[in-house]
Amino acid sequence: MFTPDLIFKVVLILSIFVITLVIAMYSTYGERKIAAFMQDRLGPNRAGIFGILQPLADGVKMFMKEELIPDISNKVLFILGPCLAMTTALMTSVIIPWGSTINIFGSDFSLQVTDLNIGVLYVFAVTSIGVYGIMIGGWASNNKYSLLGALRASSQMISYEIAMGLAIIALIMSTGTLSLKEISAAQSGFHWNIFVQPLGFLIFIICSFAETNRAPFDLPECETELIGGYHTEYSSMKLGFYLFAEYINMFIASAVISTLYFGGYNFPFMNDMGLSSNAITILGVVFLFAKIFFFIFFFMWIRWTIPRFRYDQLMRLGWTVLIPLAIFNILLTGAIIFATNN
Amino acid sequence: MQSLTNRKKVVGKKEMTWVEKLYLPAIFGGMRITLKHMFSKKTTISYPEQKREFSQIYRGMHVLKRDEKGAERCTACGLCAVACPAEAITMVAAERKKGEENLYREEKYAAVYEINMLRCIFCGDCEDACPKESIFLTDRIVPSDFERNEFVYGKDKLVETLENPIDISKRQTAEVLEFKKNKKLTHNR
Repeated sequence: MFTPDLIFKVVLILSIFVITLVIAMYSTYGERKIAAFMQDRLGPNRAGIFGILQPLADGVKMFMKEELIPDISNKVLFILGPCLAMTTALMTSVIIPWGSTINIFGSDFSLQVTDLNIGVLYVFAVTSIGVYGIMIGGWASNNKYSLLGALRASSQMISYEIAMGLAIIALIMSTGTLSLKEISAAQSGFHWNIFVQPLGFLIFIICSFAETNRAPFDLPECETELIGGYHTEYSSMKLGFYLFAEYINMFIASAVISTLYFGGYNFPFMNDMGLSSNAITILGVVFLFAKIFFFIFFFMWIRWTIPRFRYDQLMRLGWTVLIPLAIFNILLTGAIIFATNN
Repeated sequence: MQSLTNRKKVVGKKEMTWVEKLYLPAIFGGMRITLKHMFSKKTTISYPEQKREFSQIYRGMHVLKRDEKGAERCTACGLCAVACPAEAITMVAAERKKGEENLYREEKYAAVYEINMLRCIFCGDCEDACPKESIFLTDRIVPSDFERNEFVYGKDKLVETLENPIDISKRQTAEVLEFKKNKKLTHNR
């Protein structure tokens, strides 16, 4: 029953769960700090040293707030919305290869919860379900701002998912596999996919900004036009779930970008330094997290640099620029593969 | 018309070039600016620990001075109340009794002296009007409070204590001292 493999998987799942939540928690703190630094301010610095306890204070505040469910809302769907957003945000992390294999007491364990052979498609499937959390929440609130936010969210996510998928097709053509584990392993050393697919990477990262509802594509919440967008009517921890899910999505998106285009757990000269395989694995995990943190920082950096798109500009960019560009990228990749094979 | 600053730019509806239409160079330029600001000096002053440096002649909360022997200078003449454009100052005068010579400098003194800090505009006219060099504005801040009544400051808050005299020499600039020598003005006599 309790085979070492099962115990290892349970420990791995629990630790990924905890790490995801802690990183999402401290992303809120990091975002406020980075925003402050970019605006020549100090940011939160009163709760604990350098304000390090600020996320805990925010969490306590969220739990203590009055919980309101509007009378005219659909109560079941109103509660289901944030649950769905949170669940789907947490589901993607199972297929990320956090490291190669680690050797404990003579047996090898893979630092990946499960290696689906259609891993990339799974990511797309789960992020597509993620839009339901927003749609259901916005619709169930029975409020015009919520509904507008939900409409924008769903049309934006559906539009950008196409370009994202097309960008991924080009990547799959050059790697020849859908499994994230094999994609990671193929990028060993410094053979990162970013050098093979620079245009694909550009399209993918722009689309992941839109998929995670981050600035400059944060039209679904768009506080200056729509009050709060789809979560206008939410309060207390249900609002907290929505905000938290956004940060988890950002973390997962960073992990997916690092895995697909920036070599995952691979780092330059990993096989030339004469380290034991366990040391390489642990260093690889450290490097993966360094890449993830850089991309989380990048998400925030963009947010505090670029103003929000207008809605028609957003749609025009998605349909008339990114999709043709992604198709061109596929053709280019195909031509290069055809030329090199002959 | 002649431009005053020479900074005006004529806005034209120029077609964007292909590179400009990509937007990416502009985005990278913006990111470079925000990154530069991340490491620049922060302008925040963490208030209770750090305090902003005030001007030498800052006009803050008032003080009623005592003379060298520790007696109150104010004689309740009411010139400050007349001079006050915001009508923030009120006072009640009283006669000095025998044996109170060490408390009040002259035969008349202010039994009640109140400044409403919500009305006060900190112009410093009371200071100019005072013939006895009694009232001065200082670099202290009037603290915030929850009640309106708390902002009517009486003598308990305005008169300096014997142990803790308030330094007003910074407001006595060369120009002020020169002005005080002008005997043609009634209150300098």
